[in-house]
Amino acid sequence: MRTLYHFHGGVHPPTNKAQSVRTPIAQAGIPSKLVVPLHQHVGNVAKPAVQVGERVLKGQLFGMPEGSVSSAVHAPTSGTVEAIDMQQVAHPSGLPDLCVTLIPDGKDEWIARRGVDYRSKDAAELRQMLRLAGVVGLGGAVFPSDIKLRAGKHKMTTLVINGAECEPYITCDDMLMRERADEIVAGAEMMRTMLGAEEVLIGIEDNKPEAIAAMQAAVDASGLTRMEVVAVPTIYPGGGAKQLIRVLTGIEVPAGLRSTDLGVQCFNVATAWSAHRAIAHGEPLISRIVTVTGNVERPQNFEVLIGTPLNELLPLAGPRPDTNAHIMGGPMMGVVLPSDKVAVTKATNCIIEGSPALFPPPPAPLPCIRCTRCAEACPADLQPQELYWFAKSKNFGKTQEYHLFDCIECGACSYVCPSSIPLVQYFRFAKSEIWANEREKDAADQARQRHEFRQLRIERDKQEKAEKLAQKEKAALAAKAAPVATPATAPADAPAAAATAPAPAAKPAADDATQALINAAIARAREQAVVVKPKNVENLTPQQQAEIAEIEARRAKVRELSHPEAGQSEE
Amino acid sequence: MFSPFITQATSVRAIMLRVMLALIPAVAVYVWYYGPAILVSLTLASLTALATEAVMLKLRKRPLAPFLGDNSALLTAWLLALSIPPLAPWWLVVVGTAFAISVAKHLYGGLGSNPFNPAMIGYAILIISFPVQMTHWVAPHGLGSLELSLAQQLQYIFGGQLPGGATLDAVTMATPLDTLKTQLHLGREAAEVMGMPIYGHLGGHGSEMVALAILLGGAYLLLTRIITWHLPAAFLATLFATAGIFYLVDPAHYAPPLFHWFSGAAMLGAFFILTDPVTSPTTIKGKFIFAAGAGFLTYIIRVFGGFPDGVAFATLL
Repeated sequence: MRTLYHFHGGVHPPTNKAQSVRTPIAQAGIPSKLVVPLHQHVGNVAKPAVQVGERVLKGQLFGMPEGSVSSAVHAPTSGTVEAIDMQQVAHPSGLPDLCVTLIPDGKDEWIARRGVDYRSKDAAELRQMLRLAGVVGLGGAVFPSDIKLRAGKHKMTTLVINGAECEPYITCDDMLMRERADEIVAGAEMMRTMLGAEEVLIGIEDNKPEAIAAMQAAVDASGLTRMEVVAVPTIYPGGGAKQLIRVLTGIEVPAGLRSTDLGVQCFNVATAWSAHRAIAHGEPLISRIVTVTGNVERPQNFEVLIGTPLNELLPLAGPRPDTNAHIMGGPMMGVVLPSDKVAVTKATNCIIEGSPALFPPPPAPLPCIRCTRCAEACPADLQPQELYWFAKSKNFGKTQEYHLFDCIECGACSYVCPSSIPLVQYFRFAKSEIWANEREKDAADQARQRHEFRQLRIERDKQEKAEKLAQKEKAALAAKAAPVATPATAPADAPAAAATAPAPAAKPAADDATQALINAAIARAREQAVVVKPKNVENLTPQQQAEIAEIEARRAKVRELSHPEAGQSEE
Repeated sequence: MFSPFITQATSVRAIMLRVMLALIPAVAVYVWYYGPAILVSLTLASLTALATEAVMLKLRKRPLAPFLGDNSALLTAWLLALSIPPLAPWWLVVVGTAFAISVAKHLYGGLGSNPFNPAMIGYAILIISFPVQMTHWVAPHGLGSLELSLAQQLQYIFGGQLPGGATLDAVTMATPLDTLKTQLHLGREAAEVMGMPIYGHLGGHGSEMVALAILLGGAYLLLTRIITWHLPAAFLATLFATAGIFYLVDPAHYAPPLFHWFSGAAMLGAFFILTDPVTSPTTIKGKFIFAAGAGFLTYIIRVFGGFPDGVAFATLL
């Protein structure tokens, strides 16, 4: 019997899962159009790899991954690309994003697929294949899986496969485990070899006995000795990566560290399945299991093509007329979608049709009575009431002292609050304010650095110019037979130049060094002449004008003496 | 609408109601031993509390309905009413409750923002301002020289008249804690004092039953997870330990620990006063320190201080 550990807190919301597991996974089929976002993953948007009007095949590349954190996007079926433009996507903000709109031709024709045995490839090749296959975390985080499969510096002991599915209403992983257990097991084993982990632990909550049995049978049939199915207690949020790791291995992943630093990595069962299909069958990620439940006549799971608009998927489940919201995700962490025109993405694990009876509007929040039920429920051992106090008063420094960024936004605190305070929203607000401040600070730092460099550059250019001119002068004078100190046409207030003017023109240079120095000085003065404007040149008194005329006359005379050949022209 | 879309929470209103429910056994026992005057106090206090809260909310320009409906003012009223003598004149109850709600609660910011337990502040103000009225506790059945009917009790509370021109001394007597203190000062031994008819098996004759009823209510609160065990346990344990040490050292002059548990407001303090969520610490360590400190101080004030019962001041400190 394996020892299981516990994490602090957690709550037991009613599971509401039974209604959607009565029938096997149904095929949602091909809709009339598909709207595939090019940004369905954490990281950079995929670069479009097709053009409007192009005919594409099923599984053809739509978007090329760009940058190190990115993933590919593919055509879910064969057809013609109608548009590549901004469309509203499945995000609560209602903002649009770049999408490829595909009109299916009904033939569902695949590209040429080729599966390989993963044992014949090395880990780096496999990672590249997964990246190009668009495999991302299907538990909801959609992080590119190839990056997570990089073996870190630390020796990997355990690979955790997450079949917990702790949130109420969602049953897509449950059904996947019941129906496709052997493929999940195959994918898990491949991941284990890629990471070099010693063992695989598949964590499944104990409210899913059929899934546990199916996975156990698959593990037994595979003959793999280093893989184990472990039933974990049903508690929300037991499916959180850190929580599941702690329950299965006792390892607590502290803030700021990745689990790989402690030798553990965690993947969702659907991700393992998708990775297997990508390598062993050459199939990119173009569909996923979606639970449609809530206020519908026929709650069930569907295998849905990515990009299927909700208004073509939902009727298959028969939503009731008093539906007032489409929630993507579960009731604890889900988001309300802006409309039913948005499309299914790789992150859509569940759609709950909401109604006033199912999810009544919460009462107005009362002040916090410091009952600490939230702190008792927090799975990350935080003090939500303190975080709330500081977030409300915008004391963001204090929120970070109380480990705000360890909050996994599971909603357990809001769930138990007697004053109905929307705690998670306060934490999200605080986090985004802190990020915005950081970005501003970074931008300001960058601006300062650029300014400083610019100042430096100007100085440097000045210096280089001065040196160049000095060299030039030196060369020019060296070319002449009798090096002469040419007085500069300096203004009235340049004393150095003026001092040499009255003196007799010819000044034989004692040595080259002195001459070079003098030339450099003259060059500098010339430069300054460009920059420095003569002062007090307006409103000259007659006396001043007479003086100026005298000085000019002397200069002319000197010029004449030093440059007799040029003297005629200057006269 | 935002996540989470479901909630399990018992509302503030429901929590306060449950706590008041847990006080019902104590009230019943109270009436049994001391007559129905306590009900009058409870009613007076409740009405005053709601009225004061309404006035304060209006002054602070807050909505009335959600806050009046959250039952927190009612609970403060009940706790205060149970802490003061049942035959207290009506104005005593009213002043105490009004002060508790207006000053100790709303002037500090209202629900959730008060640093001190309003009921205890109310009690403290009363005992400092009106020490005579606050120490005249009704004698339990069979011990007083005069028994009053409800009508007569009402007449005293509102009119200040006792039947037949009797003085208050005929109806009241010193509490068990008070008696113990005075008798010990007079030089009698503790065991001898405890044999007096005012004392029952565990504590005072009537008040021990009330304390037991409160213990029952406290157990209900623990079982329904309204409160956690840390505060009552720490308080009672420290009180027991401190009393125990003194008792072991000199049993002639100090009462046994169980006596301290079941007399005065120790049980009420442990389960109902200390556990007020707004004024108690939020971390477990904090709870232990707070409750242990209160337990220790209660004993010290009871034995060495000028007041017969130290629970209120111990909590405030």
